[in-house]
Order: sequence, then structure tokens, then C-alpha cells
Amino acid sequence: MSAGGKGASLKMEIVRSPWRDAWRRLRKNRMSVVMGAIFFAVVLFCFLGPIVAGWFGLDATTIRIDLGATAPSLAHPFGTDLLGRDMLVRTMVGGRIAIMVAFTATIIALFIGVTWGAIAAYAGGRVDYVMMRVVDALYGFPTIVFVIVVMAVFDTKSIVVLFALIGGISWLNMARQTRGQVLSLRHREFVEAARATGCGPARVLFRHIVPNALGVIIVAATASLPSVMLTEAFLSFLGLGVQAPLASWGTLVSEGSSQISVYAWVLIAPGVVMGITIMALNFLGDGLRDALDPQTRKD
Amino acid sequence: MLRLVVTRLLGGVFVLFVVATVSFFLLRAAPGGPFASERVVPEAVQRNIEERYHLNDPLWQQYVTHLSRMATLDFGHSMKRQRTVNEMIADHAPHSLRLGLMAIVFAALFGTVLGVTAAAKRNSATDYTLMVVALLGISIPSFVLGPMFIRWFSLDLGWFPPARAEGFEGYVLPALVLGMIYAGTVARLARAGVLDTMSQDYVRTARAKGLAERVVVWKHALRLGVIPVITYLGPATAALISGSFVIEKIFQIPGLGYYFVDSVVSRDYPVLTGLLVFYVAFLVVLNLVVDILYGVIDPRTRDAR
Repeated sequence: MSAGGKGASLKMEIVRSPWRDAWRRLRKNRMSVVMGAIFFAVVLFCFLGPIVAGWFGLDATTIRIDLGATAPSLAHPFGTDLLGRDMLVRTMVGGRIAIMVAFTATIIALFIGVTWGAIAAYAGGRVDYVMMRVVDALYGFPTIVFVIVVMAVFDTKSIVVLFALIGGISWLNMARQTRGQVLSLRHREFVEAARATGCGPARVLFRHIVPNALGVIIVAATASLPSVMLTEAFLSFLGLGVQAPLASWGTLVSEGSSQISVYAWVLIAPGVVMGITIMALNFLGDGLRDALDPQTRKD
Repeated sequence: MLRLVVTRLLGGVFVLFVVATVSFFLLRAAPGGPFASERVVPEAVQRNIEERYHLNDPLWQQYVTHLSRMATLDFGHSMKRQRTVNEMIADHAPHSLRLGLMAIVFAALFGTVLGVTAAAKRNSATDYTLMVVALLGISIPSFVLGPMFIRWFSLDLGWFPPARAEGFEGYVLPALVLGMIYAGTVARLARAGVLDTMSQDYVRTARAKGLAERVVVWKHALRLGVIPVITYLGPATAALISGSFVIEKIFQIPGLGYYFVDSVVSRDYPVLTGLLVFYVAFLVVLNLVVDILYGVIDPRTRDAR
């Protein structure tokens, strides 16, 4: 049975598919379009920027003690840090890590959350009750504290562990959203039809129901990107996240905050770029929610 | 109501048990103990240390001792400082509590006013402006805002002491910075909540009675509309605790968060587990209070549960 795949491609050919409607609504939301463009620009800035900067002889690692901390100038548009390293390229390179962590951790969270929520809703009854109580309990718990404890206790410098841990605490909202959507879908006719053709529970759930909940899942994933990015920066700020020689926006801000009284630009450069990125993602998440999930619009 | 309280309390005790157990085994599984330093210690000293902290007892015995200690709220003695964990909590929790309270009061009041004002003037320029402000508040990380506020308000303008300050004005900046993110979220929740209730029958009745729109919004719609805000206060406090780690570091406040992070870095097991259990116990009680408040504000939920 390839009902899922064929159904999806068929749907795209109909002129007014839900996805097209959503795309149209998103484009009409000027704020979201602008914010999406800004986020795209930040991604380009961080991933291609260092290459371009290289043409001008700038990189993130050259130490020039003789230069020391200098205010923004033509040669160094974001200034330099205490060791004379160029803050522009350091901000770009820090952004690479921050964006990579955000996406990887969100994908991990997506995987756990969708599976958890979908199974809870589909199984129903006591299984659902217990699974959702677990989510409730974790929701009221400072889960980040556990990440701190694990990171410190195992004294790990591995960035993969960091990805996994942040993903491992960020799936709660995703599970709730998926559960809600699956609950409303599981008694629909197409599910009956899938079951009638002999699909097992796992196949019905993940090939027929979950793809139809994709809108809500995308919204939840976008909404979690900025908070995941904040979590990483938070841990790195405390010195428990990304470790040297790697640097993320969190580590840069941490360095900058100790010099705020003298060399403000060391904090402001990465801080402002990070703020802009998180803001763009927040607005984009809102726009996507309005576009993909019109029922939740509050006006 | 009584049943609710009892079941929630039992659930809370279970959560505490899980946290105490997990933290115990996690720390024992960790490589490198608190006394595993480069320095060579005479064997007798090493034996004394292990004797004192029961590190040589069988694991299950350590675990049982650990659990019974936790149950009687005796968190033991710090391995790095000459103090008990209970003393540390007594000394430093008030600083954190004060910071957290000021932050949450600021977030709840400011956020609600922002959100309800936006809802009352929905889809107007005021509404959009306020919501953009709220989203900005959510987007700027506290560890960026904190140092910038110190620079502007303390160093450049001299309005507030920059750090390590006692008294009310020393807590204004940290509480503002800590509460900012939650104020933004509260504003969005309050706006959505009030708009939701605006279409309810009892609000229409209030309008039909000829009450002024101001009264309808701020008295009738607000009462049910803030329920999402109240439910959010539980998770928000959980997040405030971790937020305070950063704020206490930036503003040099001698609160519990500062010592928690310190105990993590220095592997001070008793402090680490003790504070973890203390934090969770605090949250369990707090969530219970939130549940009860919920029933007081919205009588309809009292019997439904």
C-alpha cells in the first residue's frame, strides 16, 4: 500500500490544496515574509560570511595581542576582542554552531515528541493518561537543570551529547501538539479505510495519520527553534555548553559580558545578531501558525 | 478539592523519589569523584574521607541512607565548604526567592496589563505595537540584556548599583531582566485568553446589562481570561529557577542558583543532590498552590475534577 505517498502527490495537483492556501496566507503576512528573509540572511551571513571575510584577510582565530580590543572600525566592522581577534568573523562562526545546534536538537526533539504524542493519542486510555502525565511532570520541572548536571558530571566536551541532551528536553510541546492533532484525526474515514485495507497500527499511525498532522508539527518545530537556540546559548554562557576551541553565540556573549564596562562591542556584536535571529524565528513561527493552523487564530 | 490535593501531593512525592534516585545513581556513575584531585593524599586521610562520607559502604546502603536523609530534609554536609547544605539553603534561598518573586510579580502584572490592553483594542495599531514589544521581550536573551542594562543604567546613568547590592534597588535591574521573557509570554497568553472569553455568553450578558466596555474587559473577561496566565506561572517558575543561575552570575547575587552552578562545576555531590531535591520539592508545592488557585478563580473547574 502506498496510499500515503500517492495521496500526498495527488493533493498537490489540486489548485487549492491546504498547503497552497497556507503558503498564500504566509506570503500575505508581510511581517513573516520580512522575518523569514532576515533569518535567511543570518544563515547566509554565518555560513558564507567567513568565506567572504577571508578575501579581506579576516578570520576568527588570528590572535593579535598587539591590537588588543579595538572599537568597530573599517578594518574590523564589529571591532576586535581582548586578544585582537576579529569580532565580525567570530560572530559568524559562533552563529554556525548556534544554528546547527538549534536545527539538530529540534530534529531530535521532533522525533521524540511526535512519536510520543502520536502513540499516546492512538493508544488512548490508560497508556495515554500515563504518557501525558509524564509530559506534565516534566513540563513543571526545570529540565535544563538535568542537562547541566549531566553535562558537568560526565565532563563531556562532545557537541553531539549537547545536541542530544537539548533535543531530549525540548520535545514536550511537540508531544502535546501532535497528540491533540492525532486525537482529532484518528476516527476519520481515511483512517478506517487504511485499517480496512489491512494496515497495522504502526503503519496507520505513521504513514496515514501523522502526515496529516504535519501542519501542526511544522508549527511546533518552528516555535521550538528559538527556545532551543536560547537553551544552547544559556548553557554555553554558564560554561557548560559548547567548549573551546569551538565557540557559539553563548560563549561569545559570556566573554563579552565580563568586559561590558570597557569593551561593550565584544558583547553587543554577537548579542544583537543572536537577538535578531531569535526574534526573526519567533515572528516566523507566529506567521506559520497563523498560516498552517487557522483555527488557532485569535481574531 | 481534598481529593485533588491528596492525589497531587502523592504524585509530588513520587516525582521527588524519582529525582532523588536518578540523581543518586547519576552521580555515582560519574567518572571522577569530588576528592579525585591531582594532589596525592596520604592513604589514612583518604580512608578517613571515604569513611566520613560513607563512600565505602555498599551501594544499596548508601542509597538507603541517601533516601532516608532526603525524606527527613537532611541534605548533609558540603564536601567543599565548611557548611551543611541546609545552612546554605537557609542563607542563600532568601536572596533567590526575593529575586524570583520580584521578577514574577513584574512579569505577571506588566504582562497582563500589556496583553489585556492589546485585547481590548484588538487589531488596532496599539495592539500590534504592544504585541511586537512582547515578542521583542521574549527574543532578547537575559544574558545579553543583563550586561547591557548594567552598562546603561548602572555605569552610564548611575541609577542602580551595578552588582552585589543589598536592598530593594539592588534587585530592580536583575528582576526586570529576569522577568522580561516571562512578561512577554504572559502578555501573549493574556491577550489570547481575554479574546477567547470575549465571545462567551456571560460577557455578552455583562455587555447587555449596559456596563462600560472598560468594566466588561477588565473585570469580567479578565477573570477567566487570565487562567492561561495562572497555569503558565507554574512552568514559568520552573524556568525562572534556571534563569536565576545566569542572572545571579551576572549581577553577583549570593543566591542559591550561584551555589548550584558552583556545586556542579566542583562536583560537590551533597550540595548538588540536596539543591536538586529542594528545587523540585519547591516546585511540587508551588504547582499544587497553582492548582488550588485555579479552582478559586474559576468555580466551574472545582467539581469537574
